[in-house]
Amino acid sequence: MSLNAMRTARLATTLTAASRSIVQQNMLHLHTSFKTHYAAPSTPPPAEGFMPGVANSKLIKHTHHDALRNPELAGVANGETKKMNTFQAINDAMSIALATDDTACVFGEDVAFGGVFRCTMGLSEMFGRDRVFNTPLSEQAIAGFGIGMAAMGSTAIAEIQFADYIFPAFDQLVNEAAKYRYRSGGEFNVGGLCIRTPSGAVGHGGHYHSQSPEAYFAHTPGLKVVIPRSPIQAKGLLLASIRDRNPVIFMEPKILYRAAVEMVPVGDYELPIGKAEILTQGKDLTVVGWGAQLYVLENAIQLAQKKMPGLSVELIDLRSILPWDVETVCNSVNKTGRLLIAHEAPKTQGFAAEIASTVMERCFLRLEAPPQRLCSFDTPFPLIYEKFHVPDMIRCAEGIERAMKF
Amino acid sequence: MDTDGKVLDPSLEPDVTEEFATKIYKDMLTLNVMDLILYEAQRQGRISFYMTNAGEEAYIGSAAALELEDEIFGQYREAGTLLYRGFTLDQFMNQCYSNDMDLGKGRQMPVHYGSKAHHFQTISSPLATQLPQASGAAYAIKRSGKKNCVMCYFGEGAASEGDFHAALNIAATTSAPVIFFCRNNGFAISTPASEQYKGDGIASRGVGYGMHTIRVDGNDVWAVYKATQEARKIAVEKHKPVLIEAMTYRKEVEDWKRHDNPMVRMRKWLESKGWWDEARENAHKSEQRTAVLKSFAAAEKRKKPMVSEMFNDVYDKLTPNLVEQKKELEELIKKYPEHYDTSNYAQEK
Repeated sequence: MSLNAMRTARLATTLTAASRSIVQQNMLHLHTSFKTHYAAPSTPPPAEGFMPGVANSKLIKHTHHDALRNPELAGVANGETKKMNTFQAINDAMSIALATDDTACVFGEDVAFGGVFRCTMGLSEMFGRDRVFNTPLSEQAIAGFGIGMAAMGSTAIAEIQFADYIFPAFDQLVNEAAKYRYRSGGEFNVGGLCIRTPSGAVGHGGHYHSQSPEAYFAHTPGLKVVIPRSPIQAKGLLLASIRDRNPVIFMEPKILYRAAVEMVPVGDYELPIGKAEILTQGKDLTVVGWGAQLYVLENAIQLAQKKMPGLSVELIDLRSILPWDVETVCNSVNKTGRLLIAHEAPKTQGFAAEIASTVMERCFLRLEAPPQRLCSFDTPFPLIYEKFHVPDMIRCAEGIERAMKF
Repeated sequence: MDTDGKVLDPSLEPDVTEEFATKIYKDMLTLNVMDLILYEAQRQGRISFYMTNAGEEAYIGSAAALELEDEIFGQYREAGTLLYRGFTLDQFMNQCYSNDMDLGKGRQMPVHYGSKAHHFQTISSPLATQLPQASGAAYAIKRSGKKNCVMCYFGEGAASEGDFHAALNIAATTSAPVIFFCRNNGFAISTPASEQYKGDGIASRGVGYGMHTIRVDGNDVWAVYKATQEARKIAVEKHKPVLIEAMTYRKEVEDWKRHDNPMVRMRKWLESKGWWDEARENAHKSEQRTAVLKSFAAAEKRKKPMVSEMFNDVYDKLTPNLVEQKKELEELIKKYPEHYDTSNYAQEK
């Protein structure tokens, strides 16, 4: 969480009057305390203290040229860029999706007012309340409604207010959306469905505003699962997720909504689903992560490099959890001979397990150390123990050392 | 009661003692005092979250109509029922401060209270999940032969969740002695109720599930008390679920706040009996303010529970993976004391 994030979080406090559900109020209160931590340094240190500042990350594209150097953005290389944080980039993507597809609708709890995290701000005014609307407080209704729209060939962009609250929709997503095409022999499909949902730790979200449930959905053939790391990535991956001809669950690391700010192409562009991105090239160790964890890994790598000068690490953003880019990861491990995977979800049955076992199958003879999994401990997400619970910089740096010294 | 605290139908004049009536009102006042202080603490960042009860205090009347062993499944604005049952100010403050005396061991956000001794199941953030659980709990109570029921609180927004419908139906089919108590705020701050439901409030749904249903003025303590008393009789004696819809206004309408709210009506009723006056009002408020601030300061000073408590209660006993992870964390803390500051946490035993 950067200072910028804390400043903008103040805005959220003025929105209290517009809040209604417990979840929304919860989040506004979270923002309130970001603000007060900033305003009163004598109070306990900001909970995001263990989440090193994203603002100075080398993974962030701070300038126009920096942003457009990416070959994946060739289509908009001659266009404008604009400074956006993650929620603005997501808003921009939905705005483009609505403008380019008359069947597209955006809906969920409180989205007509802009949503808890402001991602849908201004969309109902721009596109009308029949296309951007509030739903009753029912996640299973939201998911099922989206499936129905998509089954008729429309584009449904549905929001589940927090990933922690996606479970009432689990049946609709796992038994219905995922199997719609298969069970009908291809007669029907719900390719037009995209479910957006904020996930991940924020410092004081406790049990029900912190979880990263990607692995549950990654166990479901027929679904796609995508998690972006930054504004540029969020916009391109969300547009691709909305337009992909399969149901996609798009998990937005909520700590990055305000903390990550980039120069984002204003044009219409998509980034590929199912394709990882190599963020730094390296020869000694492959490190795989996604979402906000990448910034922790960036710091952990720097810390490890202080202890082990010359250490060369290949950092990979997986981006898509399902389907995931086996080729990029295995090519990298075949080169480096070592692998570390880190994620915020608990270790047992987390997605790192899938990556590690695939690498064991495919790169066994090239491995020089056991794959390292750095994950949260196997407990529910505990309010006051968050900093001990998640795989922070120190734990990830220790993991790097273990891999290198094996 | 009308806005002057006069009971409109004299035959329904509550037959209660001074002690009983003033306890209800005193708890309402204490709840107000506690809300003010904790809400301010949340704004100052001293606690991370808070939910007030303002405008809905009359639900304490429902707590007063229950027996202590009637099990409560709440949502998040029912601190008053715990207060009525004797959950102490220290216990509230310890939970909100996630300190080593918090019964929930600091694992959940503030206001997620719970206490076995007070027959109050621990609050969970997901909405409406407690409703089908309440049906099951009531069925278990019925089978045990105890003359008790379950009281289940929720808001009208939560009644949009699938769990609400599932809960009412299964309570009806299993004849579970449960009271579903809906706090309907009229409209939920800025979202018109028309985007939450189109029917006639929540009460109409109870009828649809074949359930005894009553709608009461949720600003009238005695109406809430009486309705709950009757509902409890049906639940406990006839083993049937009941739905109560209490219409309230959480919205802070200044004029309404001054002239017609649950506090004012109850106070006027007490004054008409000669059981309350300005002096008693001020004395109780100031006494409770001092008590809340004392508890608050004490709770703030206490340490968080031991770090190792993170691993307990996932299961009844630590599983091998947790034993290993607990050891891993101990070693990390030992190796990097400057990074893992544990000075705010209780000493490991």
